Amino acid sequence: MPDAVAPRFQIGDRVKVREAYPIGHVRTPYYVRGKRGVIERVCGAFPNPEELAYAREGRPAQPLYRVRFLQRELWTDYAGQPVDVVEVEIYQHWLEAEGPQP
Amino acid sequence: MTSSDVPRGHHDMGGLPAGAVEPSEHDYALWEKRVDALMMLLSRKDRQLLTVDELRRNIESLGPEAYDEMTYYERWIYAITQTLIQRGVITVDELGRKIEAVKTREAQRA
Repeated sequence: MPDAVAPRFQIGDRVKVREAYPIGHVRTPYYVRGKRGVIERVCGAFPNPEELAYAREGRPAQPLYRVRFLQRELWTDYAGQPVDVVEVEIYQHWLEAEGPQP
Repeated sequence: MTSSDVPRGHHDMGGLPAGAVEPSEHDYALWEKRVDALMMLLSRKDRQLLTVDELRRNIESLGPEAYDEMTYYERWIYAITQTLIQRGVITVDELGRKIEAVKTREAQRA
């Protein structure tokens, strides 16, 4: 896709959400910042909502991923099944590669 | 998070303690349907007078008390109005005068 940032991750990649707390309109929920997950799917590339929120173009488009987190990774007191997950859609600029590189 | 970081926004409440979810049916009032229509018309591709992202930003800028007290469509119309002012589609003066005129009209009708 033209005018879009190239995707850096693929399905199965381990990622860590950046632990950043900027002012402004942010789509990355507070509770996943600094947490580790796995790419579940690549959703495509979309104009950056952090820019759209200020009436700017949001280009180049940012790849968006559905990231799967273990519930027990997110909540230290999680009382459900250890295999329970939550999936959150997160833009690429909020993600860093994590764990052993292939 | 360190002391220099921006604290969590009130709207960003995922995972915080909350009461049980109580499902209820809700009929939309006429003004609520109009808010929805306004948003559709203003955000249309050929018009693009606002984006849903701007609306979200404006809703997020509400104080915690207002955020909790306002209903869903009250928050939306607040955000639509803020966005139209920020974009220069309407002015604060126009808005104030129109509200005044409508109030007068309604008072005369009553």
